[in-house]
Amino acid sequence: MSVVQVQGLDVSITRGGIKIVEAISFEIKPGEILGLVGESGSGKTTVSMSLLGHTRKGAVIESGSIIIDGHQIVGSTETELRALRGGTIAYVPQDPGTALNPGLRIAKQILESLEKHHPEQDHETHMARVREILTEVALPSDADFLKRYPHQLSGGQQQRVAIAIAFACRPKVIVCDEPTTGLDVTTQSRVLSTIRELCREHGVAALYVSHDLAVVSELADKVAVMYAGKIVESGNRDEIFFHSSHPYTRRLIRALPDIGGRNQIVGISGYAPMPWERPTGCAFAPRCEDAQPICSEQAPIVTVQSPTHSLACHRHQDATSIVPTRRIDRDFVTGPDAEFLLSINSLNGFYGSRQVLFDTNIHIEAGECVALVGESGSGKTTLSRCIGGLHEDYQGEVNFFGSTLGKHANSRKKEQRRDIQYIFQSPYASINPRRPIGATIARQLELFYGLKGDEARDRINELLDLVSLPHAIVTSFPDQLSGGERQRVAIARALAAKPKLIVCDEITSALDVSVQASVIETLKQLQETTKVGLLFVTHNLALTRTIADRVAVMRKGTIVEYGGIDSVFNNPKAEYTGRLLAHTPSLK
Amino acid sequence: MGLTFKQAYAKIGAVLVGIIIAIALFGPLFAPHTFDEFIDMPNAPRSDQLLLGADYLGRDVWSRFLFGGRTIIGLSFVSTLLGVGLGLLIGLFAASAQSRTDSLIMRMNDILLAFPQIVFVLLVVSGFGTSIFLIAITVGFTHAPRTARIIRAAAAEVMERDFIKAAVAVGEKRQRIILSELLPNVTSPLLVEFGLRMTYSIGLVAAVSFLGLGLQPPAADWGLMINENRGSMTVQPWAVLTPIFAIAIFTIGINFITDSFAKVAIGIDRKGKE
Repeated sequence: MSVVQVQGLDVSITRGGIKIVEAISFEIKPGEILGLVGESGSGKTTVSMSLLGHTRKGAVIESGSIIIDGHQIVGSTETELRALRGGTIAYVPQDPGTALNPGLRIAKQILESLEKHHPEQDHETHMARVREILTEVALPSDADFLKRYPHQLSGGQQQRVAIAIAFACRPKVIVCDEPTTGLDVTTQSRVLSTIRELCREHGVAALYVSHDLAVVSELADKVAVMYAGKIVESGNRDEIFFHSSHPYTRRLIRALPDIGGRNQIVGISGYAPMPWERPTGCAFAPRCEDAQPICSEQAPIVTVQSPTHSLACHRHQDATSIVPTRRIDRDFVTGPDAEFLLSINSLNGFYGSRQVLFDTNIHIEAGECVALVGESGSGKTTLSRCIGGLHEDYQGEVNFFGSTLGKHANSRKKEQRRDIQYIFQSPYASINPRRPIGATIARQLELFYGLKGDEARDRINELLDLVSLPHAIVTSFPDQLSGGERQRVAIARALAAKPKLIVCDEITSALDVSVQASVIETLKQLQETTKVGLLFVTHNLALTRTIADRVAVMRKGTIVEYGGIDSVFNNPKAEYTGRLLAHTPSLK
Repeated sequence: MGLTFKQAYAKIGAVLVGIIIAIALFGPLFAPHTFDEFIDMPNAPRSDQLLLGADYLGRDVWSRFLFGGRTIIGLSFVSTLLGVGLGLLIGLFAASAQSRTDSLIMRMNDILLAFPQIVFVLLVVSGFGTSIFLIAITVGFTHAPRTARIIRAAAAEVMERDFIKAAVAVGEKRQRIILSELLPNVTSPLLVEFGLRMTYSIGLVAAVSFLGLGLQPPAADWGLMINENRGSMTVQPWAVLTPIFAIAIFTIGINFITDSFAKVAIGIDRKGKE
């Protein structure tokens, strides 16, 4: 008997208005974890929130039924819902940093829901339960810890406190909305195993919402894939990840970098449509390689493949199994007298009196991609800023083509500033929002090459071709573009300078996997054609394996391991590297 | 800008402001009398010949009202332009400067902020005489530190964004960073600030005239009219109420427009259309 039963759920922006999600149906049995995956704007958060009887401001549940442990959620009053929330159904938020009350002690925050839902029990019983649940989420339960405030805990500990709050009243159902985004891999792996164990042991049904397919494949029993407000395919874990028949699911999996070996990731062109711009027919048709005329005329109906596996696609019969991703074996061979493009020699970096980088050494050759990986706070961004001339507080040498670089960009030669280009993490912040795209790129051409007018326009078109953007985009402003398009603009801007080295600082972490894959494809092609050197800064090890020739693993400001990508990943020397690799989720 | 005037309040505001500006600009063309003609008994009530009656010296209130808007609105506009312009320069310069220079400028700014605006204006005007230019410059000067504070805060936030760092990394000159990267990104707070300071200017200029330190009789001026006729308000209220209404409507209109600007400014980076 399923403890969660959702039937034909429709949620609209306003009553009778545009639908955010449509015809959502699924069931979850006790102890089972359903992974709900989809890219940004697919409506997965809307579905998860409606399980708690909550909708975004203005949005309404138009029709359908949501039965949680025998209670009908749709149409329940706020009082009835409040009695269920926290008791029968609990929620683990995305960002514990904002979800926990900064002014309350840990014990108090966990006690709150116990006192609300079990007023008949006394304080001692409640406190016993608080200690018990803290132990279950692998946190200390001594008096000292109970008295702490959220800011005294690390991000991973905060998230486990949020999980403890959710599990405190022994709920039947738990909703997790990307609870590990923003956590480092080792912490993520601990949080995931906590959730898995709690669900198994106490028979809790979980809805786990995520955009990260690898995480879902490690955790979930069943998977539902959402696209443009609909579930396009659902099945048990193996059916989705290894025998998927829906083109979207298959393309998503092909876009996923794999830590096990160097594979060629393939992006999906375009981006997921917003609710008000969804096409008639199959919403994925405009991006689908297998699309037929019927796909854009008529919405596909749900067909059943097996008792657990169903999908909505006109062309499911023609679907072959997942095209195996192509392995590329390309180990970078250093010539005997190779000249280094960039050498960082015993660099010590500081923030005021605090040292954040310790004796770091990195060398990059032309045409090579060196990945700098590490968890948050490891100093990788500081190091890349030193190279980019944006962080001056360091000792040691940054050597570019045999000459030492000035610390600040202004103290460098114009050619040096031209030859080293920096691409920032967030494409939402790195492009001036008040200037058309064309002007942003044109400025770079004018600054470094004095190009103006027709010459500049031809070159801009060339650059846009390189990053696969339409020429018409030059008159658009950044806010008219999707994240992936913006990041391509940032890449085009960097390429406009014809650089010899590009520093890429977490450039795909704000993007969906399908978009990440196409941005990476673009970069790799460029690297092959222009022999540009890349310093690829990331926390994503799987991605590193796909793009890098060499890798430097960074921990607390020190490079703990540095070597060829395959030798480091197959045979890590440093204990820390091994730990990172072991905790990185993958599809296997 | 386009979005601002799609809002109902902005439209109402634009109409109100438009009416008052039209009166100020073109009013004198339609005035039945000159502003300093004695045409009736002092404090004569409304009649067919006199739309709003006569003032305390027997001049036509309607004509004086039509003549009296030019100076107050012109003065307010000029002083706001001066003050907000100066404040903008200070704010942008401070935000883009090194932290030490920034602190120095802003602490000096804080000293100026400590002077109440009206006290400062009265001090200068009573000390150096009542020239129109002096009023405009002084009122403007009192706006500058207040605007500088707002603009610096907005610009400091923009300075932290990556596109500024991108400009620094390719070696853009500071002047260019201020003008083409920073300035376009503070236009929304700037417009809001301009509207707000404009309403303050009207209040200040009217107050200075009311206190007798602005325009001198027999000039027609809304602030002065209120002062001159307040003694006979019980017998001839129109000579006081008409300029008050005009100033109020103008101020409210500008506030409507500024509020709409502010609303749009908050959502300026929101993606897509809803």
